[in-house]
Amino acid sequence: MKELSLNILDIVQNSIRAEAAEISIMINESLSGDLYQIIIKDNGRGIPDEILRNVTDPFVTTRTKRRMGLGLSLLKYHAELTGGAMEIISNVGKGTEVIVNFSFSHIDRQPLGDIAGILVILMASNQDINFIYTHKTEYGEYRFSSEETKEYLEVAALNEMNLLEEIGWMIGENLKEIKVSGFELRERNRVIL
Amino acid sequence: MREMLKLKLNLTNKRMSKITSLADLKKRREELKSGLDIRVKAIDPESVVQVKVAMATCGIASGAKTVMEFFLEQLERRNVEAVVTQTGCMGYCYAEPTIEVKLPGQDPVVFGFVDLKRADQIIEKYIKTGELVDGIIPVNYQTIDLKE
Repeated sequence: MKELSLNILDIVQNSIRAEAAEISIMINESLSGDLYQIIIKDNGRGIPDEILRNVTDPFVTTRTKRRMGLGLSLLKYHAELTGGAMEIISNVGKGTEVIVNFSFSHIDRQPLGDIAGILVILMASNQDINFIYTHKTEYGEYRFSSEETKEYLEVAALNEMNLLEEIGWMIGENLKEIKVSGFELRERNRVIL
Repeated sequence: MREMLKLKLNLTNKRMSKITSLADLKKRREELKSGLDIRVKAIDPESVVQVKVAMATCGIASGAKTVMEFFLEQLERRNVEAVVTQTGCMGYCYAEPTIEVKLPGQDPVVFGFVDLKRADQIIEKYIKTGELVDGIIPVNYQTIDLKE
């Protein structure tokens, strides 16, 4: 995986499997503190202690317990490459929080990539989950919540693709506004076959 | 080349007004609504085409995101009534990106090595006409959720 947004998509799958109703993705960028922090928090069923201890070991993974696998260990590896670290806090029945710290300036820290596209995919296929996305940079903060958007637009579900695409564009414009590092808003529908 | 230019032009035309806030979004939605005849979405997923994109680490790393975006956009654009969702690892990591397509009233079929070209074939041939295309994973397949 070449982009942090793909890693986020992967980790969020764990939260979806854990039947979370609300998944929040937070990114804090601090160039002055040389910190790039990603926090993924859900209110799913949580990870029991004995599994949590080995959760980032790719070889402990078994197929029947799909709450873990390569995803977390890969992200941990990426973080440690930059001199950062990953921490997982989980309470059974309450939820899980994954905190990943990267060194902002390190050459091995991947770019963010198309996070707006990732949010669109997540919202399109998980209508019942409230996705909250917060991005802080030194230029400001942007917050998006799928539940609030639904309420504002007075729709029951965000299931129209052209509306979701527009939401993706909206998120993109706002991220550009606060000068998010490494963000790439891809042109859609560029494929002609 | 000309085609590409045309497309680019269309895109810029389409994107004339920037959407930066929920209020803009609401306005844009009103525009979209008036341009479309609102069709009632089928409530029963069994009566429409179901596409499941495998979205585990293996799938994402080999491009499942692009494939999923393609299906989400193109099925709507080509007027195919469909539900596109994501699923976990189906165990065919060697063949990622993999997708499962279930036509109404038929058994699901799993396609492997799905790039955008194959995704296009799957929509045009398999979904629209029922004609099989390359890349089918031939197993007595069961959705992983049902297996246990």
